Amino acid sequence: MDKSKDEILFPVGNIPRNVLLPHQKNTAECETVVMPAPATVTIPMRQHIGVPCVPTVKIGDAVFVGSVIGDSDRPVSAPIHASVSGTVKAFTKMMMPDGSETDCVVIESDGKMTPVPNLAPVEIHSTEDLIKATRDCGLVGLGGAGFPTHIKFRLPDEKKIDTLIINGSECEPYITADYRCCMEDYDDILTGVYLVKEQLKIDDVIIAIEANKKKAIDKMYSIAADKRDTHNNIRLMELQTRYPQGAEKVLIYSVLKRTIPAGKLPADIGCIVMNITSIAALGHYAKTGMPLVSRRVTVDGSAVKEPKNVIVPLGTSVADLMEFCGGYTEDGPSRLIMGGPMMGTTLLDDTAVITKTSNAVLAQGEDEIPHPTGCIHCGRCASHCPMKLNPAEVERALRAKNDETLKELNLTYCMECGCCSYSCPARRPLAQVMRIAKKELRRIEAK
Amino acid sequence: MTHQLVVGSSPHIHTPDTTRGIMADVLIALAPAAVFGIIWYGWRSAVLIAVCVAACVLFEVISCRVLNHDVTVGDLSAAVTGLLLALNLPSGLPVWMAVIGCFVAIVVVKQMFGGLGHNFVNPAIAARIVLFISFPLQMTTFHRPFSGVSVTQATPLAADAGEFTLKQLLLGDYAGCIGETSVVLLGIGALYLMIRGVIKPVIPVSFIGTVALLTWLTGGQPLVAVCSGGLMLGACFMATDYVTSPVTNWGKLIFGIGCGIVTVVIRSGAAAEGVSFSILFMNLLVPHIDNWTRRKPFGWEAQKHE
Repeated sequence: MDKSKDEILFPVGNIPRNVLLPHQKNTAECETVVMPAPATVTIPMRQHIGVPCVPTVKIGDAVFVGSVIGDSDRPVSAPIHASVSGTVKAFTKMMMPDGSETDCVVIESDGKMTPVPNLAPVEIHSTEDLIKATRDCGLVGLGGAGFPTHIKFRLPDEKKIDTLIINGSECEPYITADYRCCMEDYDDILTGVYLVKEQLKIDDVIIAIEANKKKAIDKMYSIAADKRDTHNNIRLMELQTRYPQGAEKVLIYSVLKRTIPAGKLPADIGCIVMNITSIAALGHYAKTGMPLVSRRVTVDGSAVKEPKNVIVPLGTSVADLMEFCGGYTEDGPSRLIMGGPMMGTTLLDDTAVITKTSNAVLAQGEDEIPHPTGCIHCGRCASHCPMKLNPAEVERALRAKNDETLKELNLTYCMECGCCSYSCPARRPLAQVMRIAKKELRRIEAK
Repeated sequence: MTHQLVVGSSPHIHTPDTTRGIMADVLIALAPAAVFGIIWYGWRSAVLIAVCVAACVLFEVISCRVLNHDVTVGDLSAAVTGLLLALNLPSGLPVWMAVIGCFVAIVVVKQMFGGLGHNFVNPAIAARIVLFISFPLQMTTFHRPFSGVSVTQATPLAADAGEFTLKQLLLGDYAGCIGETSVVLLGIGALYLMIRGVIKPVIPVSFIGTVALLTWLTGGQPLVAVCSGGLMLGACFMATDYVTSPVTNWGKLIFGIGCGIVTVVIRSGAAAEGVSFSILFMNLLVPHIDNWTRRKPFGWEAQKHE
């Protein structure tokens, strides 16, 4: 093929409002290890945005890796599969990191990890096949959003998609799960890319990766330039290393210089964005028939003995995962974070479980607890806000209970990336303020 | 797991920049002009600077205690106010008058409105104006450098402009307040703040530019106007005070141009203190400027074009 046409692309429209974070990609060169089945897994019935699943198994049922254990007849949902082979032991309720309560299926592992019988590659020959396969796979946005992917694929006829963007930016510090996915599962990624590209009739594919992951860019570049890509439609883009580069709106602007109007979806402006781990999971399912039963998790932080990238069965407790990573250091963690340090959620204890959207678990040791001081009106929160909001102004309106002003401050644009809190020299919890203000706005508008 | 974990709202990491660090940068930026003032105008300048900084810090501690707030001297903002006020005083001002200025700045303007971030005008500017109105004679009695000879005049503006050479103006070799005459050192300080990202050039450039342009248009000498009467100190260090200046760049531009216009208007009436009054006046307009210049969010234009 003509290599000269296949240069690595550079962004066409960088948003200047962002933050430069310490990368802390300590586990980048840690090859992924597969965690053996824990004694029990507790699988939540809601691991996605939308309607929770209802268990389809009974206590005492024997299940295999990949057996459906929960499903819903509502459209915005995704089935949930057993991640170990063994016996359904109990149904429980568990508080998720976001504070909501969810039904869970507890499975006692037989330690054999026997897959579902008659596992076979999935035949996909039409858009309908793709949508069905995506749903059967249980696929949701694995970058953290958790939106059921099959909904994304069901496009009305008038929406023409010209570009599929594969999001490999992984802009949060510490996390290297997507990076390891590029390095290890590139074949799954390409299989997934071709499936989506062909079945949704999308012309261009751009795999976008931040510049601090040069090896992943080179790897994907050499793989994408293989013989299958005869028309040079799959290209690599080296993104600027800035947070929140991986946020959908920011990414689309970087890659295509298109702006999503408020309240609209990427499909409205002709593109679909998929996380690189999601597309790999889809490719893996098409190749093997094994649905989403495990995921790659970065385990890092100063309070964990052996930071690693681990393939973890869904429903594994953080405690079990930590034990697999050599346990905690002597002093123990002062903070456990599910996800990255910018958007992740702190855990109350290590009984929380790995779900489809858990890309990292961080155990932080000695910890600076921020002590907020007075706002000095420096405007850094506003100048770092990718959405051009002014969090300090929101905070003042919220404190003054000024409902009218609150309505004018475009709160719905906030994606809670945390740039405001990060950049505040007075350590004010502005992202939290934005969340509270959004909730308050919904209350005001409901009146 | 036996011990308890810290739970909090994301993000869980923060920039190394702190309020204290920003204030320390301002102190560093003002240091050359302060040292120069001490050398130029003698030991009394050192006494005034020391007294102002100490008095501001002390008033801050007392107010915080009385108002039952956390004591906030650690953020160095009181020290910055003290130093700024001292640099705005003539070296011969009686110490007790300076202390009154500190009281006005910290207790009246800052703490009575809720402390750092809640004052609606710049404390040092307000204090300078209170002193200027209360003690007009002492506030306009300046010492000539190295001589101890006092002259009563309102900076080169009031004097015959031809009296000073360009070199004298740039170096600050004339009678004036402790820290406002050395344009070059103030400029270096401002440049330091810009490089450190503490201030943006918008306000100083638009403020000084407007004064120069309007002076030139009205037949004055732009260079004299720029180098005299505390314009550099005001435009670079007092008009850029975060608390009392607008947030957006457009807002800062309006603010800077407004300061420039008011300064020239006041000066053209042969009155002194144009810079201080202009900043004070524009400080009052900041909430309105912030409202006028509120940015449209990202994606808003696309939504409008639908």
